[in-house]
Amino acid sequence: MTGVIYEDASCVYPGAERPAVDKLNLDIQDGEFLVLVGPSGCGKSTSLRMLAGLEEVTAGTIRIGERDVTHLPPKDRDIAMVFQNYALYPHMTVAENMGFALKIAGVPKTEIRQKVEDAAKLLELTEYLGRKPKALSGGQRQRVAMGRAIVREPKVFLMDEPLSNLDAKLRVQTRTQIASLQRRLGITTVYVTHDQVEAMTMGDRVAVLKDGLLQQCDTPRHMYEKPANVFVAGFIGSPAMNLIEAPIVEGGVAFDGTVVPVDRDSLGQASSRGESSVTLGVRPESFDLTSDGTGIAVIVNVVEELGADAFAYGTAKVGGGDVDVIVRVDARNTPAKGETLHFLPKPGETHIFSTVSGDRLSQ
Amino acid sequence: MSAPVHPFLAGTASDAASKLGQSGEAILIFFGVGLIIFVAAGRATGRLHRPMTITVLLGPALILLAVGLVIPAIRTIYLSFYNDDSTAFISGKNYTWAFTNHSAQQALINTLLWILIAPIVATVLGLLMAVLVDRLRWQSVYKSLIFMPMAISFVGASIIWKFVYDYRAPGRPQTGLLSEIVMKLGWHNPPDWILTHPLNNFLLMVIMVWSQTGFAMVVLSAAIKAIPDDIIDAAKVDGARGLAMAFRITLPMIRNTLIVVLTTVMIITLKLFDIIRTMTGGNFGTEVLANDMYSQTFTNFDTGKGSALAVILFAGVLPLVGYNIVLLRRERQIR
Repeated sequence: MTGVIYEDASCVYPGAERPAVDKLNLDIQDGEFLVLVGPSGCGKSTSLRMLAGLEEVTAGTIRIGERDVTHLPPKDRDIAMVFQNYALYPHMTVAENMGFALKIAGVPKTEIRQKVEDAAKLLELTEYLGRKPKALSGGQRQRVAMGRAIVREPKVFLMDEPLSNLDAKLRVQTRTQIASLQRRLGITTVYVTHDQVEAMTMGDRVAVLKDGLLQQCDTPRHMYEKPANVFVAGFIGSPAMNLIEAPIVEGGVAFDGTVVPVDRDSLGQASSRGESSVTLGVRPESFDLTSDGTGIAVIVNVVEELGADAFAYGTAKVGGGDVDVIVRVDARNTPAKGETLHFLPKPGETHIFSTVSGDRLSQ
Repeated sequence: MSAPVHPFLAGTASDAASKLGQSGEAILIFFGVGLIIFVAAGRATGRLHRPMTITVLLGPALILLAVGLVIPAIRTIYLSFYNDDSTAFISGKNYTWAFTNHSAQQALINTLLWILIAPIVATVLGLLMAVLVDRLRWQSVYKSLIFMPMAISFVGASIIWKFVYDYRAPGRPQTGLLSEIVMKLGWHNPPDWILTHPLNNFLLMVIMVWSQTGFAMVVLSAAIKAIPDDIIDAAKVDGARGLAMAFRITLPMIRNTLIVVLTTVMIITLKLFDIIRTMTGGNFGTEVLANDMYSQTFTNFDTGKGSALAVILFAGVLPLVGYNIVLLRRERQIR
């Protein structure tokens, strides 16, 4: 069993007032692919570097398997890391790069060569083993960085935005390769990205961080369906969920000219706290177009056609003010610019958040 | 009436004023001529345009290069095959002399020792300083202090070190720092440092090392800092620490800079003249090529021998400079 456990792990950079990572608690299972995601500066890379031993853990503990590694140097943690810029050693060939850790560890030469060749075959790098990194393309360098990690057969893989230097097409391709490679090798992996699509597609579970605080850690599906707070709701999903602050009225929340019915319990919770409005969350695909003029009136400003889907960007009115709304519409029957359409959220697909705390109120 | 001015001061002042005036005139004339040429060249059109541009922009540099470098080099090589007053062709006799005559041989051997020891010691010390000082809190202060000797001319440095190596008979008050130190440490009868061969050669090398270590340190420290943090982190995760990190990651990654520093100090050492001239004048077995060249030409008035030594020096520096350029060019290509 080589899971990874963060227990109240914090990191405060010298001279900083706020911790970069604040009391992080995560329990990563053996063989699990966990993705840390969040906007830049949220502490995701720092969390990873704390696990790698490259950043000091100022409070709390980190365990790999049964072992407390909180204050161990990186080399004693049995981990391998893939860096954003690959961090290949420019003065070594591909084979030397991949075998470097084993060489330092004093593994016999024949064994190193065998392992490097195996990994190279797996990553289709065999013909490049004698080259220096500067003679490789971006994608090849990325694979060498992966190879360098695989060769060591570590307990945990750490990946720090390994795809962000690739072009869009290669990124999608490599994304699936890494995910399937990880499933095949069955090695516990912690993966950092700022791209929520990457997080959703690759991770067994996804942990969302913001300002050094863990917001939610869940499976991609569950996170999409039940975001724990307004931040996660807005961060996960593309285009983002519509988050509209609306006053509470009898039976729902009020838009100008209509009342959108929502779950009574959550409204009750909000009112009992003395809050007169809530934040209504509706995903773009959770709207139904109504033909009889009932529902929220939306004036269409822009229509984005993506082929299979189309999204209408428009404005609705709440309490006399304009709010932006994104709605998925039929790709073969897109509305015209300036047209007014009426939508109602699908029953059971509305999310209610407290406007004050941002927490989820609906079940 | 103004206060009486000392005639000497007045003379100096008027002298300085007229010199300043002359410089001003020269600068004006230079710009005037430049302006005329550029305006004239700018008016050239059509087929003449390109050759004119090339001539105007490249011409002055080429002329200066020819007058200052190419012609003297050719003339020196030519003179090295002639006798002392350049009246008779004596083929390679000057070179035979340089490699067989005892004093000239000594100069050659000393120069060889200098270019082997001084640059390596300066570079290694500079590297050590770079690694160690970078970990200190007030590193810029220490770095400035170590770099400062570089700003002192070799003549100035030599005069400073003359005091360090100064000799007074034991029993009398000591003015030499080195003598005083060793006497305090219990060596009651230290030698006259500068007169003691072959020790004096190494003592003179200390001056070169003292002035060049700062240069090596600053350049190498910059190179070490330019290694991406990622690579250092990757090496840490791969298990490299301490010596393994230094010899497998840091040093290979600054290899080119290391060689450039080494060869640069080597070139400076090969041309070494000021320290020897100031400290010993080439006596007491401390003669080196550049000083011997000067002595042969301007003390003994033997242009042939002086030129031959100059050519040997030139031939020694040339490959080092060439290698340096190749290396720098390769470095630029990688980036």
